[in-house]
Amino acid sequence: MAKVTMTVNGRQVSGHCDDRTLLVQFIRENLGLTGTHVGCDTSQCGACVIHMDGKSVKSCSILAAQADGSTITTIEGLAADGELHPVQAAFKANHGLQCGFCTPGMVMTAVDMIRRHQGQLDEATVRAELEGNICRCTGYHNIVKAILAAAAEMSGARVAAE
Amino acid sequence: MNVMQPIDRIRGGVHEKERHESGHKHVSGTAEYIDDIPEPQGTLHGYLGLSQRAHAEILSIDFEAVSSSEGVIGVLTAADIPGENDISPAHKHDEPIFVTDKVEFHGQPIFAVVATSREAARRAAAKVKIEYRDLPHVTDVLEAAAANYPLVIDPLKLERGDIEAGFAKAKNILEGEMRIGGQDHFYLEGQISFAIPGEDDEVLVYSSTQHPSETQHMVATVLGVPSNAVTVNVRRMGGGFGGKETQANIFAAVAAVAAKKYRCPVKVRPDRDDDMSATGKRHDFHVDYKLGFDDEGRIEAVDAVFSARCGYSADLSGPVTDRALFHADNCYFYPNVRLRSRPLKTNTVSNTAFRGFGGPQGMVGGERMIEEIAYAVGKDPLEIRKLNFYGGEGRNLTPYHQTVEDNIIGRIIEELETSADYAKRREAVIAFNRENNVVKRGIALTPVKFGISFTKTEYNQAGALVHVYTDGSIHLNHGGTEMGQGLYTKVAQVVADEFQVDLDRIKVTATTTGKVPNTSATAASSGSDLNGMAAANAAQQIKARLVKFAAERWNVSETDVAFEPNTVRIGVDRLSFNEFIKIAYGARIQLSAAGFYKTPKIHWNRAEGRGRPFFYYAYGASCSEVSVDTLTGEYQVDRTDILHDVGRSLNPALDLGQVEGAFIQGMGWLTTEELWWDAKGRLRTHAPSTYKIPLASDRPRVFNTRLAEWSVNREETIRRSKAVGEPPFMLGISVLEALSMAAASVAEYRIAPRLDAPATPERVLMAIERLRAAARQKG
Ligand code: FES
Ligand code: FES
Repeated sequence: MAKVTMTVNGRQVSGHCDDRTLLVQFIRENLGLTGTHVGCDTSQCGACVIHMDGKSVKSCSILAAQADGSTITTIEGLAADGELHPVQAAFKANHGLQCGFCTPGMVMTAVDMIRRHQGQLDEATVRAELEGNICRCTGYHNIVKAILAAAAEMSGARVAAE
Repeated sequence: MNVMQPIDRIRGGVHEKERHESGHKHVSGTAEYIDDIPEPQGTLHGYLGLSQRAHAEILSIDFEAVSSSEGVIGVLTAADIPGENDISPAHKHDEPIFVTDKVEFHGQPIFAVVATSREAARRAAAKVKIEYRDLPHVTDVLEAAAANYPLVIDPLKLERGDIEAGFAKAKNILEGEMRIGGQDHFYLEGQISFAIPGEDDEVLVYSSTQHPSETQHMVATVLGVPSNAVTVNVRRMGGGFGGKETQANIFAAVAAVAAKKYRCPVKVRPDRDDDMSATGKRHDFHVDYKLGFDDEGRIEAVDAVFSARCGYSADLSGPVTDRALFHADNCYFYPNVRLRSRPLKTNTVSNTAFRGFGGPQGMVGGERMIEEIAYAVGKDPLEIRKLNFYGGEGRNLTPYHQTVEDNIIGRIIEELETSADYAKRREAVIAFNRENNVVKRGIALTPVKFGISFTKTEYNQAGALVHVYTDGSIHLNHGGTEMGQGLYTKVAQVVADEFQVDLDRIKVTATTTGKVPNTSATAASSGSDLNGMAAANAAQQIKARLVKFAAERWNVSETDVAFEPNTVRIGVDRLSFNEFIKIAYGARIQLSAAGFYKTPKIHWNRAEGRGRPFFYYAYGASCSEVSVDTLTGEYQVDRTDILHDVGRSLNPALDLGQVEGAFIQGMGWLTTEELWWDAKGRLRTHAPSTYKIPLASDRPRVFNTRLAEWSVNREETIRRSKAVGEPPFMLGISVLEALSMAAASVAEYRIAPRLDAPATPERVLMAIERLRAAARQKG
């Protein structure tokens, strides 16, 4: 048993878990944040992507103990003041989802992707960077569209704010 | 009475590009899947123990280490099943939940461990010691035939015309064979069930199932209780694709047995690898064909046998192999034809429904035959396709004696040929191939015609339940299940349209056997056709009562009462919908109705191979261009253009999404997705690390998808729309055919490439080598 403490979606949380407990288990079972999904159990599908200290990671391939002391954002923590994050809004507006099971991981990956590229994304880059996220429903067309739309909107917004 | 100004139209009616009803929940992580339901205290977890042999007698089982493993509450075997140890959907009694003395495939469930956590259960299950005596096994369909393995179910024969005379008359006769691979569903949400015991014999089961009524029936049979004791509930699935039509049943049954036995809630969720090993997939096929045709390439006779790897039990293999035969003609008239199915038993997991339900395999076989003819007569395959299309005097009868009455493939092809600039691009591809030795290109334009209706006539019925509450809000429930296809959205749009109220006034609630009974699987693309009609029927019943009431109360004729956007017009008066409903309630008008629908016109006699199994057909076509590296066999899809027919779309945005997603899934099936069993009968491609599902980067570089906006279903379907779930899956065939052409280019297009599916880079490379060698020999 290990005691882990982390900041999740802006709130400090701590809990006891086995040394072998995966971060995704901790998030889902201990914290009850079930928006982070488990799709493959083997770090292939990307349904479990969250942000750890600002970077996207697959929470099924990290131990909860490894995340001790870190800052975590899950899909539930993305919206601010009841307003959808632009990436969330773009997935919704562009029909970037069908069954929705891949969606939280896709959104988290996309937010980090847009951040790393400072909003300067083209289609080829988006497609290449989505290699760690599987969607079985949409054929990716509307997902790619949503990410590009969000990137454009966010960099536009940044330009406007500067 | 107040007089309200009418507004133009409601928000979210039919034919609108409405967003998915759960979209806002999906993007914010609040949509609840079964694994997300808060677990009551004391929830236990079940885990299946699977066979480690493909075919063997079980000599002994030692559970000692399992039972003493940490957290274990108990072990369930066949002896713990209070009712029947069988969940065969074909009612063949060939599908035990837990086997007792003989295992028939690697990964077959033998027992289940129930423990305080999923991890403890899983860990314990691995500790079992089983003594086996191996028996010879076969995993391959041709080996099964050679070893005289039995058929899992009666085969089907479709016959029309005079096959002997057809071949006698044909100038050219050609024979060949083809292999078509299977496919794993890889629904992103794996199989899962969560059972909560109730009073007496009752149990509530949350199950990720496409067929709640059958899951209910199976759980009842297994528990030995009547169906009324079992309630099955499913709000949504994280994908199904046919993989949760029957394959969810075992998990539901095990969870229910454990829940009743231990009087605790029990959840069963297999690990992804076990899910892939222990649940059925798309059937692999082997097609043996003989073709007769004239010098132009017009077909005279077709004789083909479709053998399928069915796995150890019947499951849905009967209707799946039937549907393969129903689609072996695709859009082509066969003057003389005999098609036979051979649903063979193998020592593999029992194959099951998967989007298209055998139809895609039949169609790929049919397209192979077209390709053979094209290379034999030296023409563009598209020319051969057009030459053989249904249409014209005496050329509209299918091999199952249904007349094709709604043929629009000619127009679809013509429009796509133009918009995709097919002829010019084909010339450019041929010119490119002349200039380039390493990279070769291919282009193909292929049609789709897919029959809509369950071939089992009794499944073509549906129910719905609509309540209007006194505040004017509406509750909608129907027998269809939501797996991402947008069914809940579409049916709600239909009800909004019926009452002429904004869509956000309607709440669709989780599908449950307690509200709408005896439903059919959400399958065969029938979801909105059936449930949309049933929901419209329920709304119409309520409306009829309301109209009668209004006419009496206001003393106008019934024709003077109309539901207009968010209002009801009665003579010269106009009331808000809410206000009117309150008055109707006050007058004790029943504001709830159960709707029902059954598809008209269809009938099917399997023994005779005759009838009208399909209410109508959905059409489509796609054109794909590929580049192949002839040194490695690797390839990419450069461009795909699609034109697809959904009749008058209930929701064009959702339908486009279905078409795009289905195409990619179909392309994956025919290209990268390869199932591979080793000599011991173990499936070695049991995770996405070894089983290659298309990624975002595999999507065609240019991807243009359009709906045929002019199309209107000539049959009276819900708002003249057409089903969309399965038909576009077969649009992926154009990629396989384009790869074939690229391969054929190394032999100057003079030899039929005979590229089997899936056309993995290895298989493409082997085809290229084979063609090169053959071309050298030919000189
Ligand atoms: S569950 Fe983490 S990558 Fe699939
Ligand atoms: S929407 Fe179903 S897996 Fe992506």
